[in-house]
Amino acid sequence: MADVIEAAETHAEDHGGHGEHESFGIDNRKLGMWLFLSSEFLFFGALITNYMVYGNDTFGATVVPREIYDIPFTSVSSFVLLMSSLTMVLAHHSLATGDQNGTRTWLLATALLGSIFLGGQVFEFYEFINVYGMTLTTNPASSAFFMLTGFHGVHVAIGVIMLMSLFGMSRRQGGLSEGHGMNLELVGLYWHFVDIIWIVIFTIVYLLGAV
Amino acid sequence: MTATAERPSKTIFRRPETTEGFWSWITTVDHKKIGIMYGYAAFVFFIIGGLEALLLRIQLAGPNGDFLTAAEYNAMFSTHGLTMIFLFVMPVSAAFMNYLLPLMVGARDVAFPRMNALSWWIFLFGALFTYSVIFFGDVTPPLGVEGVPGNIDPSEQTLLGGLPDGGWFLYQPNAGPDFSPGTAVDFALLGLQILGIASLISSVNFIVTVFNMRAKGMRLLRMPVFIWMTLVVAFLLLFSLPIIAVALFMGTFDRAFGTLFFQAAGGGDPILWQHLFWLFGHPEVYILILPAMGIVSEVLPVFSRKPLFGYAAIVFAGGGIAFLGFGVWAHHMFASALTPVAQAAFGLSTMTIAIPTGIKIFNWLATMWGGRIRFTTPMLFAIGFVAMFVIGGLSGVTHSVVPSDWQQTDTYYIVAHFHYVLFGGSIFGIFAGLYYWFPKLTGRMMNEALGKTHFWIQFIGFNLTFAPMHWLGLQGMVRRTWRYAPETNFGPWNLAVTIGAFTIALGILVFMFNWTWSKRKGVPSGLDPWDARTIEWTIPNPTPHYNFADNPHVTSLDHFWHMKYDEDDEGRAVRKDNADEIVAQLDYDGKNPKAPIHLPNPSYFPILMAAGLPLIAYGIIYHQGLAGKLLIAIGAVITIGSLLGWGMEPLEEPHDGGGDHAEEMAEAH
Repeated sequence: MADVIEAAETHAEDHGGHGEHESFGIDNRKLGMWLFLSSEFLFFGALITNYMVYGNDTFGATVVPREIYDIPFTSVSSFVLLMSSLTMVLAHHSLATGDQNGTRTWLLATALLGSIFLGGQVFEFYEFINVYGMTLTTNPASSAFFMLTGFHGVHVAIGVIMLMSLFGMSRRQGGLSEGHGMNLELVGLYWHFVDIIWIVIFTIVYLLGAV
Repeated sequence: MTATAERPSKTIFRRPETTEGFWSWITTVDHKKIGIMYGYAAFVFFIIGGLEALLLRIQLAGPNGDFLTAAEYNAMFSTHGLTMIFLFVMPVSAAFMNYLLPLMVGARDVAFPRMNALSWWIFLFGALFTYSVIFFGDVTPPLGVEGVPGNIDPSEQTLLGGLPDGGWFLYQPNAGPDFSPGTAVDFALLGLQILGIASLISSVNFIVTVFNMRAKGMRLLRMPVFIWMTLVVAFLLLFSLPIIAVALFMGTFDRAFGTLFFQAAGGGDPILWQHLFWLFGHPEVYILILPAMGIVSEVLPVFSRKPLFGYAAIVFAGGGIAFLGFGVWAHHMFASALTPVAQAAFGLSTMTIAIPTGIKIFNWLATMWGGRIRFTTPMLFAIGFVAMFVIGGLSGVTHSVVPSDWQQTDTYYIVAHFHYVLFGGSIFGIFAGLYYWFPKLTGRMMNEALGKTHFWIQFIGFNLTFAPMHWLGLQGMVRRTWRYAPETNFGPWNLAVTIGAFTIALGILVFMFNWTWSKRKGVPSGLDPWDARTIEWTIPNPTPHYNFADNPHVTSLDHFWHMKYDEDDEGRAVRKDNADEIVAQLDYDGKNPKAPIHLPNPSYFPILMAAGLPLIAYGIIYHQGLAGKLLIAIGAVITIGSLLGWGMEPLEEPHDGGGDHAEEMAEAH
């Protein structure tokens, strides 16, 4: 292990390419974002585990989350969220090719798809609470369900705000500069993370839960 | 979000430029100033936590003590633990990391200077929020047990009795809404949440600094061990904080919004809290000890005048401890209903921790073996660390044997164990570091005679305090109990413990006097007072605000030592020249910068953004009233507003590593 690290670094040194620092060659901000996301994975890991512990804990209440899921509806909103990852990639691609108009269009599309997903979640929560009478405090299963999907929703909402900030900046300054390109990449990383987490939640909570 | 130079009017504030005076400390992004502020704040909390411990010891000095009420006693042992762990050892480690990390890797600052300031202010406001419980906290009688003797009667609530009283571990359902009504426990839960955000931001910052900011030639395996331990601790924080964040959210939701996670009456499972808490809590104990291990690994070779024995082994053992540390949490829970298989598995994994720890101990001993040892104050504390940590480590191994652990659970034997590793370990290591790097901070030496007096008083006081707890525990004296009967015969040893506690306090007073006196009157240290081995000593003391005048180029482990010494034919070290002469020939000697040095400018936004968080936390506690909702709104506006201001702030200097969006997202967590 030690030798591998030494060898890799010697190799890097031999081929030059060093600035004034020894570096892993990945931008500071991007590395910071990756580290932050690695922490976020454990945050959602704990929330998902929590749901897996309590998902069947109805404690005598008549209403259980897994019995009232609307799988077709959630499948559609999941598809919408997945498509937003595609538009995010297109926004990134447009910026890389210098197409500022395209960047703005795809940023707006991503934010819009994210908002549709959020709207779907608000509708779902509204139905669960008002139609089925399942609230945050009904039983441990409902507590765990709202906690997990709620925190995911908050993450999507923050992502939408960041996308709109990028969009607004691009409008005001007539395009995103190279420095902002990194910002767009960071928002992209975050956005894809939120999507990936949703795939796990959708599978474990909705698909497997309903079986 | 970076504003370019042509749009300065879009910013909220002009970017401050002061480098001296009060405002320079408020707006600073300099890692050295941040480190110093961390250190002083942590020391204030060390004094507070120590006073709390003394109150506990007065109460227990003799049988049937009546100095504190039961409620006050519960509050004191809980806040003593919370304070010492989260408000002293963690921030004082952060102080060392902040001050030393850029110096030891040869950088001008950390990767994200403004984020660094942000994490310091979040820490400070989180700590003040937690302690504001003394003004706002209240405890009301637990559900269904009104009038039971020893429980709290609100009309008799004392100042100290209104503090959080559920232990630092806040076990459920005791810390839940039924058994701890009132707001005291909310302050602990939300305070820890805020402190966690501060640590998370630091950990990202430190890892990026270690990975990307090292001086030329400073390969990973040429880094000082302290930097390696900083890296390992940052990863531990990164992976354990999200777990406690979820647990704290669940606890807060139970109390504030009526969820049922830990409420057995509603179908919840209190044991889940223990799992989540210790899944964070056990890595946490390595977060507390590894920085001290790093400090000791720097101090021992310098004063043994030998290279660190088994450098790579010590580094990888540190990583091994951290890795294994995620797989042993249930050894804190042997007394709960674990299955025998789980008990055996966690007992075994706990035993394996002794292997990397043993590797470190033997390497430290081998470092000293055959060295020409100088018994300076930092060296005495470092040796004290090794000796006391061995005792604490050995009693720790006894807990991995499950039946033995059942016998020891909740007795003073446990208290003795973790004070030997955390006080005898962490705090002795921290004092070694304070004496060792004091010249780096001030340009003066601490008084050696006073330092040695401090060491011996503290060493004797420490052992008088905590060694008798072993036998008290084995005789059956239980923890967290405010009184014992005369028939138990616990009295004499408890008196000894109390005397020991006051002896420690005397030692700390000597230290405080020494520190304040030496800062003004200490002997000037010159460049290299200890004949040190690492590159932070190649620049003047106290450190110039720009650190290195030119970027250092490192060619070996213990680079500075190799600059000073050659080997003769028989492999003995031969001094080349004195340090001042050698350093004068360097192009990064710190005295004559060749090119203008650009440093990141100060900023108002870190402190502003941090100020919003406690407001939100107050709002959550009082969310049922209008005031609470207003507080949440105001806090959110301050935090989000300063985030936008942060993003639009002109950088002036392209090397300011302010990763705008990275911070935005760290905040979102």
